Formats: sequence, C-alpha cells, structure tokens
Amino acid sequence: MKLATCLKAVPGRESRYQLRADKPWIQDSDLTYDISECDEYALEEALKLKEQHGGEVVVVTAGPTGSEKSMRKALAMGAERGIRIVDESSELTSPYSVAAALAGVLDPEEFELILVGTQSDDYGYGQTGVILAELLGLPHATIVMQIDVDPDQRKVKALREMESGFFQWVEMPLPAVLMIQAGISQVRFPPLRGIMQARKKEIRSVQLSELKLEFASMPHLEIVDLYVPEAHTKAEMLEGNVDTLAETLVEKLRKEAKVL
Amino acid sequence: MTNSIYALLDHSDGKILPISWEVLAFGQRLAQDLERSLHPLILGRDAAALAQQVRGRKADSILAVQHEQLGEYQPDIYSESLRQILVEDRPDLFLMAHTYQNIDLAPRLAARLKSGLVTDCIGYKRLGDDLLFTRQMFRNKINADVRIHSTPPRMVTLQSGAVSSDDVLQGSCSVAERSVDLSQVEVIRKSLEVVASSKERVDLGKAEIIVAVGRGIKEAENLEIIQELADVLDAEIGASRAAVDSEWLERSRQIGSSGQTVSPRLYLACGISGAIQHVVGMRNSGCIVAINNDPNAPIFNIATYGIVADLLEVVPALTQKIKEVKGV
Repeated sequence: MKLATCLKAVPGRESRYQLRADKPWIQDSDLTYDISECDEYALEEALKLKEQHGGEVVVVTAGPTGSEKSMRKALAMGAERGIRIVDESSELTSPYSVAAALAGVLDPEEFELILVGTQSDDYGYGQTGVILAELLGLPHATIVMQIDVDPDQRKVKALREMESGFFQWVEMPLPAVLMIQAGISQVRFPPLRGIMQARKKEIRSVQLSELKLEFASMPHLEIVDLYVPEAHTKAEMLEGNVDTLAETLVEKLRKEAKVL
Repeated sequence: MTNSIYALLDHSDGKILPISWEVLAFGQRLAQDLERSLHPLILGRDAAALAQQVRGRKADSILAVQHEQLGEYQPDIYSESLRQILVEDRPDLFLMAHTYQNIDLAPRLAARLKSGLVTDCIGYKRLGDDLLFTRQMFRNKINADVRIHSTPPRMVTLQSGAVSSDDVLQGSCSVAERSVDLSQVEVIRKSLEVVASSKERVDLGKAEIIVAVGRGIKEAENLEIIQELADVLDAEIGASRAAVDSEWLERSRQIGSSGQTVSPRLYLACGISGAIQHVVGMRNSGCIVAINNDPNAPIFNIATYGIVADLLEVVPALTQKIKEVKGV
C-alpha cells in the first residue's frame, strides 16, 4: 500500500509558554519541538497498516528547519522517506494554505490512504486534514478510532466518533483521507536500529515557491492577539504540606461545602 | 442578503440540541450588537416540524430545509445542501455548533466555499467595524483573537458551554421553507452501523460522589490509591479520556463529551488537566476539588477547591484523614 502521513512539529506537550511582546506569538526559541500528539497516532496507524498490507509510508511536513528532528523521528519509527515543504516566508499559518501546500506534494504521488492527526497541539484548528481531502477531491472521515482496509477491493472502513460515546462505521473507496484521534493505539518508540537507519533515509525538500500557490485568493485566519486568559479561578487554592492540605480540605468539605 | 447571520441548529430524536440553543443565543447577541438579521437554519427530513420548536424565539425567518435525504448526517449531502443555500444567500456569518458531526462537516464546507472558518470559538470582540473570534490554542492554555479574511460567509463553530442557552431571547419568527437539489450529489462515503462504546455503562449519573482519574495518575499501579479513596468515600470512580485510552479504566467510566455527563454533589478530579472535552461532562457538579501538580491546569478555573501538589502523595493523605474523621 502507498501510505502518507502528514505531521506537524510543535512545542513539546510539557512546554510552559511565554508570550512575545512584539507580535502575537509565543517565544519559541528555547522550546523543544516534537511531533504533534494526534499526528504521532496517525503515523503509528500508517506504520501498522504497512506492516499488515506491505508497502511504504511517506511522511510529509510543512514547516521551519526545526521540523527536521520530527521527520527523523518518524523515519526512525519506520517511515520510508519524507518530504519537507520549506516555507521561508511563513506563509503557512492558516489551515487552507497548509492544506494547499500539502496537496501540492501529495497529489502527484497518488497515495491510497493519507492519515492526518485530528488537530495540532499548537493551533488546534482541526481543519487542515479535512480541507486537504476537499482539495484532493477525496472522501474523508474524522475522529477515527479504528481502520479496516481492503487494498484488493480498494475500500476502507473507518470507525468515527459521534456524540455521547457512540461510534459509526463508514465505508469509502480508496484513495481516502482519515483524521486520526489520539489514543487509538499505543505509539511505538523508535528502536535504536531505526534511529541509525533514519540518518540514511531520504528527506526531500520542496520550496514552497515551487508549488506556485496563490495565497492571496485563499481564506486566511489572522491571529490579532494572543494572551493568557484571566483565571476565572473562583477556586480556593489550598496551601501547606501534604498533611495540612489533607486536613484543610476535609475540614472545608465538611464545614463549608457540607458534602462530607 | 449579506449583513445577515445564519445559524445552523442541529437536532437529534426530533429535538433541537442543547448546544444549538447556545448557538442561537450567540447569534442573537451578534445580531443585536451588529444590527444584522439572524436566520436560524434547520436541515432535516422533518425540518418544518423542527422549526416549530424555534418559532417562539427572537430571530428573523427560520430557514427550514426539508429533504428525504437529510434524515441522517452524510457529509456529501449535508455540505451540498448548505453550499447551495449559502452561495445563493451569501450571509456575512454562518454559525454552527462545535459538535463531532460539525468537526467532520464544517471544514469541508468551508473549503468548498473558500470561507475562513474559526473552530471551537468561545466568544467574540468588536474591532472597529470588524469582528474577532476568540478561541483557545496550545492545548487550551492560551487564548487567541482571530480575524477571518475571506469572502462571505465567514464561518464559526461554537464551543459547548461558551454561551448559556438561558440567554436565548424570546420573540417570534416565521418559517420559510427552502428546497435544495440533491439529484447531482455523488454519495461517496457510506454510513454503516452505529455502535455504542461499551455494552454496559456504569451509570455514574446516579453517583453522589465521584473520584475521577486522569493522565496524572501516570500508571495503572497507582490506581490503588484512587480505589482506596473511593472506598472510604463510598464513591464511584470516573475517568478522563486519557485514562481510558491508556486502558487504566473501562470506557464505560469515561466522563466528558465522548462519555457521560455527571453532576454529583462532590467531584474529585485527580491528575486531570481540565481540557474542555472533560469539563463539559462534569462542570455542573456541586463541589469540585482539583488535585494537579500543574498550577496552570485549566481544571482550576472551574474547581471550588484547588490543590497544586503530587496526587500520589495527597490522595493517600486525604484517604487517611477521611478515615480518621469518620472513625473508620
């Protein structure tokens, strides 16, 4: 099977953020970058499908040089090769423009299945993969928790999440785009051998300008202001060592809240 | 028909969804503030009947789009129906609820229309003549005010609970039936069977006290301290999605948008960050205690009492204290 995963390098999950004073963004120079959580699950799913059906997994990313480390990790986990769209002028800040760039490199290669994370850990718009499906003219499913491919019949069944704990199986012809939800499985660690092999695997760079995209005509989301929300903390924060905390809490639950 | 706001109202089992009343309230607020007309929109096999539920509210006409094929959600059918209405009418804004269904639909529709879409919106601000839509970023830790640059309609999906359905203004409005032509739509994605996440649900809705566990518990072995606390409180155990995905607890105990909604008189959130998907399932609890070692965890925004500490230390101490007090 010819599989592709789109991944985004984002600040690591444990990052504590500082905001910039000069523009609406975070101070990112000291942060460690890693693969966005949902994208890791999408990659894991692609690798599992390759193990099941044979073929190759290509990872695609659009981003600054920092994403090289995330690409190597993906290759170490088992992807065959990577494609990195280089965006020197930071055009790719809206889901539509990112999807258009991804479509530009994915379309010519005719992948059977493209797996993308449901949403990224930074913007979290949750749109890019779905827009990508529309731009490629392919069917899609979101918040996917299970995949069942029949490459011979050129069909895929996906279990998508609905409201209130219900799930629905949907069926689409290949090729298709699936948005994968975190928690679908356990993500593998890159084995040492994989890390060594990853150094020799190909990451092809594509300059954004080569794709000849007309950004001016695309919808654009402009972040005008970025801020830490005022804590609506009505929460009474308790203080002290472990025993004091336990004692104070029990006291308050009994006397104030009257729930114990 | 620009300078109008359209709001899609979703429904299930013949009733408008609670989150869609919130969307209506949000639309009413925008319409009043910006002096625009507001048109609720309903898609369905029985759209005209559903529209009757909305007639006693303040709005301009309700657009009831009725069609045999609109019975169940299907992305090709729903996006084409909305595309036809929105291209013909070109409202300035198109509001939807941020539901799992619309997560599947809205970006596809937006791409077809080349509309800018702000998802999971929690509010808006005026910026001169224009609007900014507020949403959370960086895993709910930072807020962004976003301006949409695109041809109309600019689209927004509204987060559950951002607005209260109590704020829906009463009034009266007429129903206008609109038709769509679905004869050319190729239905590519087929819907198959629906499954429930687990055969038996532990009904947490009846629990008076719930001790809930999240990522912060770190590993299954540590669940023992949670069980001891639950035992001494005679409480049920609940779980965040992270705890269920890690297979520490069964999915039937999941609390949140993908699980159960609960309102016990006491809710202890242990090692739960407080992401909105969990919070929507428990925010109406009587008294909420949050224990988390991250002082910036959003759970502290809705808690009654907060403890920033290692739950692996605090929970056993709490269990011990309660035992003492109960003379157990």
